[in-house]
Amino acid sequence: MGEGIGARVLRKEDQRFITGKGRYTDDISERDMTHGVFVRSPHAHARIRSIDASEAKNVPGFVGIVTGQDLIDGAIGNIICGWMIYSKDGSAMKAAPWKVMDPEIVRHVGQPVAFVVAETRAAAVDAAEAVTVDYEELPALTNFHHALDPGAVEVHPEAPGNLICDWQLGDEAATDDAFAKAAHVVELDLEQNRLVPNAIEPRAAIASYNVAEEHYTLNTTSQNPHVARLCLSAFYNVAPEHKLRVIAPDVGGGFGSKIYIYPEEITCLFAARVLERPVKWVADRSESFLTDAHGRDHKTKAKLALDADLKFTGLKVETIANIGAYMSLFSSATPTYLYATLLSGQYTTPNIYCNVKLVYSHTTPVDAYRGAGRPEATFVVERIVEAAARKLGVDPIELRRKNFIREFPYQTPVLMAYDPTDFDALVEKGLAHADHAGFPARRAEAERRGKLRGMGFSCYIEACGLAPSKAVGQLGGGVGQWESAEVRVNPVGTIEILTGSHSHGQGHETTFAQVVADRLGVPVGNVAIVHGDTDKIQFGMGSYGSRSGPVGMGAIARALDKVEAKAKVIAGHLMEADPSDIVIENGELKVAGTDRKLGWHEMTLAAYTAHNLPDGIEPGLTEKAFYDPANFTFPAGCFVCEVEIDPDTGITRVVRFVAVDDFGVIVNPNVVEGQVHGGLAQGIGQALYEGAYYDDAGQLLTGSYMDYCLPRADDLPSFSLDHVETPNPNNPLGVKGCGEAGAIGAPAAVINAVTDALRTEAMTMPATPEKVWRAVQAMRAPIAAE
Amino acid sequence: MSEVKLTVNGRAVTRDVEDRTLLVTLLREHLGLTGTHVGCDTSQCGACTVHIDGHAVKSCTVLAAQVDGSEVVTIEGLADGASLHPMQEAFRTHHGLQCGFCTPGMIMMGIDIVQRHSSLDEETIRKELEGNICRCTGYHNIVKAIKAAADDMAVGTPSMAAE
Amino acid sequence: MYATNYAKATSLEDAVAKLKSSEDGKFLGGGQTLLATMKQRLAAPTDIIDVTKIPELQGISVEGGKVVIGAATTHSQVAASKEIASAIPALAELAGTIGDPAVRNMGTMGGVLANNDPAADYPAAALALDATIMTTRGEHAAADYFTGIFETALEEDEIITKIAYTIPKKAAYEKFRNPASRYSLCSVFVALLDDGPRVTVTGSGNDGVFRVTEMEEALKANWSPDAVRSIAIDPATMLADIHGSAEYRAHLVPVLAARAVAKAG
Repeated sequence: MGEGIGARVLRKEDQRFITGKGRYTDDISERDMTHGVFVRSPHAHARIRSIDASEAKNVPGFVGIVTGQDLIDGAIGNIICGWMIYSKDGSAMKAAPWKVMDPEIVRHVGQPVAFVVAETRAAAVDAAEAVTVDYEELPALTNFHHALDPGAVEVHPEAPGNLICDWQLGDEAATDDAFAKAAHVVELDLEQNRLVPNAIEPRAAIASYNVAEEHYTLNTTSQNPHVARLCLSAFYNVAPEHKLRVIAPDVGGGFGSKIYIYPEEITCLFAARVLERPVKWVADRSESFLTDAHGRDHKTKAKLALDADLKFTGLKVETIANIGAYMSLFSSATPTYLYATLLSGQYTTPNIYCNVKLVYSHTTPVDAYRGAGRPEATFVVERIVEAAARKLGVDPIELRRKNFIREFPYQTPVLMAYDPTDFDALVEKGLAHADHAGFPARRAEAERRGKLRGMGFSCYIEACGLAPSKAVGQLGGGVGQWESAEVRVNPVGTIEILTGSHSHGQGHETTFAQVVADRLGVPVGNVAIVHGDTDKIQFGMGSYGSRSGPVGMGAIARALDKVEAKAKVIAGHLMEADPSDIVIENGELKVAGTDRKLGWHEMTLAAYTAHNLPDGIEPGLTEKAFYDPANFTFPAGCFVCEVEIDPDTGITRVVRFVAVDDFGVIVNPNVVEGQVHGGLAQGIGQALYEGAYYDDAGQLLTGSYMDYCLPRADDLPSFSLDHVETPNPNNPLGVKGCGEAGAIGAPAAVINAVTDALRTEAMTMPATPEKVWRAVQAMRAPIAAE
Repeated sequence: MSEVKLTVNGRAVTRDVEDRTLLVTLLREHLGLTGTHVGCDTSQCGACTVHIDGHAVKSCTVLAAQVDGSEVVTIEGLADGASLHPMQEAFRTHHGLQCGFCTPGMIMMGIDIVQRHSSLDEETIRKELEGNICRCTGYHNIVKAIKAAADDMAVGTPSMAAE
Repeated sequence: MYATNYAKATSLEDAVAKLKSSEDGKFLGGGQTLLATMKQRLAAPTDIIDVTKIPELQGISVEGGKVVIGAATTHSQVAASKEIASAIPALAELAGTIGDPAVRNMGTMGGVLANNDPAADYPAAALALDATIMTTRGEHAAADYFTGIFETALEEDEIITKIAYTIPKKAAYEKFRNPASRYSLCSVFVALLDDGPRVTVTGSGNDGVFRVTEMEEALKANWSPDAVRSIAIDPATMLADIHGSAEYRAHLVPVLAARAVAKAG
């Protein structure tokens, strides 16, 4: 194995990060660079009467200003939503136009109104503050729970009653029938708290324009530079693709928030051309809170039907999903096709129906954030299963086992066809690591100390590895979801992998090299991964939805197939053997069963000197592949969370967290475990700490780390991880993807533990100390209350 | 404007800067030391942590002029040539970083923590990391790395370069 | 941050003169609050006069039943001081809970007391330990010093030089953090002085730090956690925000007071 698949190879990229030599967007400077700052709306809903920049122009260092009207005059296009969905009556979603900087109306606090450029950042801040915008304040709808109320303030005339889409999936009649015949029905009201992604590197952009060549370069914090270029060209009309280079250098985390192409990057490019000077914009954290796409934000009613044998017979889910003020790129898909399609969970529930009403509100746009729809689905399924077990007096694990899917492939009633995994094995390991048997004793011991203990489970399954392009197209997706790779073998045998995947923390420079090392036997150190630059890589879809492993590596594997085949033809010719007799081992090409062999570098040199190649074989050794997956991949797992609650203060501590996952083949256990750790932290964060709140006027009350509680080291435990490995049959490497699992499964496990300790189902996320304290009061109130 | 004289990573530097210039701005924009990062506006994320006269400080909340005359060590000043500081080495060995953005601050704080404690357990490390936020790692491997580095540094591994 | 002028004062006279000659100057301690506020453009002094190097503001000493601490002493220095740890361990412990280690390396006791943030920690200790705030204009008893949220008895050009804390027979601090900012959401300092017990609360009072005299009376009769546990606080006197309602904060006071008494022994 050495450095191949499965090895704990230390990350190659770390050397630059630990020595301060990373190169993030804000670390880059261009000659003659200017600095831009956005003037932003302080109101949630207002009409812009006028914008007066006369005083700004007097600020020393002022260079220029771009307004929304300038962008419209410059034929800059509106921001798109890339996924079309339809209401149950067949009508298309009602997406209102999202102008890059609307010159007339603002619809959320923080919406950009003008862009001021100056010689220094400090001067730009001063000049932006000197811009006077005259607003006519309008009533705002900031609580989406009231978006559909009769007479509610309307966010866009294009979406009457704020309803974008009344979407459904599943057979409602069959599901209603299941409830009519049910022996037991369990109902639950649930909320998905609104989250702010908070990559620690804020978004940033440096745009420059070469007048002579009419060519733009954009360095930006992107998870998918090619998609950014495509949108900037095809929809935002900045420049044709061959006149625009998008580079995503080192990027400091994304979690979904850096998928999208925001008004800021578009405006920077426009300003660079108008001013004929490079323009840098770097968000401060307050801007990140106000403008990075937020996540989650659902309100849901769910009910589960069970027969007398406690088999699930029906699940009906009604959700209102907040989209915010505008429809962001994946905002239509996240609460629909990435959500309702996972409502079968790990269970054989035969009838499932889901209705989602997508609504506008005067808040920051909401889109995919780590997990994107699947944490929401898992929360519905795993909360209601646990609630059902408690209500019916059965062990929550036994109830799950009674309903597990055990035959694969399994076609759910909500589109997905699951590939094999082993839910029983996952649960078994989860319970063992959690010392499930010892829990009653730990609970009793805690009680003696005046504390409350609870244990909760979450048996999740998710769909990632987005995705078969044909299926995506049929469901309304605007792009294909394949990935590309190019394997460039150099004359001396070193290798460059050009990949359309993008690493913003995932460690591709190491794990992708391991895939090559595994196949060709060359050292990881001889393999360079090139990514994040549209001039270098032909095209790619970028990294999100845990797709770099299953799809990005899949493409590399396919390109390696071609390299391997050609290498064998060349080696066979040189050694006078049949290519089918050549084996590649430890950096050598050998003729099987003989002592004839050729060094890898001897073969590559021969490929490039081309002095002695077989007839019909081109010189060189470079191969490309576009890999379109045959199916989604289906990671699954069993999470067990144990909490201890201080009933006097309501403070909840996670004292033990076990995560057992099936990610299929694991390429680098270090990297995979790291992904799980981070996902768990975000999932536990959602359950206990994080929540974005707006006041009635639409001001974000949690607009900094003073009020938005990002988990710190002492909020979290060390995690206990294990895995089950069921190779994915639909993927060249057998991998399933691991980036989101922690965030998908953890919230339900934590809240199931909290509600176990508190003996109530009424607990919303985040379970703050005050909420938990109130639940303790309710629990201890006299029985008369029942 | 003020003239600010500092020793940065062992090198004497003098710069004329606006009085409102933060130390982090001086480091990043005037001295090109972009390893020190800015992740928030409220002195909470710790990505900007550097050492001033041997102590960890958030360089986003200190004026350059305020620390005139001080010795500043940044992430770029830790390694001694090709030889990494034990804390850097431990972050690499224990996969204590992912996107790398919070990492310089974490490493600088990790060294400060080790210097102030004769022995370190997990709970203490977690408590001491209160002012450094990571969104990628869930802190699990950061805690492991600092513990391992503490053990290394305790047995007297040299290379507290430039400290 | 708006443009400003920075100057380092070399003496008290120099500091006061510099302030008086400025248009709208402010004294600067460690800057962990003032600079943060200026960065957000919520404060815009024309001049900031750094007082942290003035000799009179330095030093920690124990004299005549008091611990006297120079106003420029950082929280880290207080937390690490052997003199303070042996005289008033609760004060050293409190200092070790302020902000985070990097903030503690810059932030000063004088800066905190001059700012009087309602969520700051030192005011609870100062009020409970009958501290004397010594300044360029004389002295303030802590009881008269804290006059409201972000309000103190200080004049514009008055500089805190030293703070003298009464050494208690015993004391303890119980801190409940705002989970996001880590400032005090509700924290209680209890102390037993020669003339009786003190119970002070920070982070929660409508008017900033305050004493809970009913609890002090109860502790006088019976120094035990049980004595304070059931003494109710009126929520109408409490702050409220998204992190804690007035009712919740009022509930926390006796819980934390009882824990502090238990911790003090």
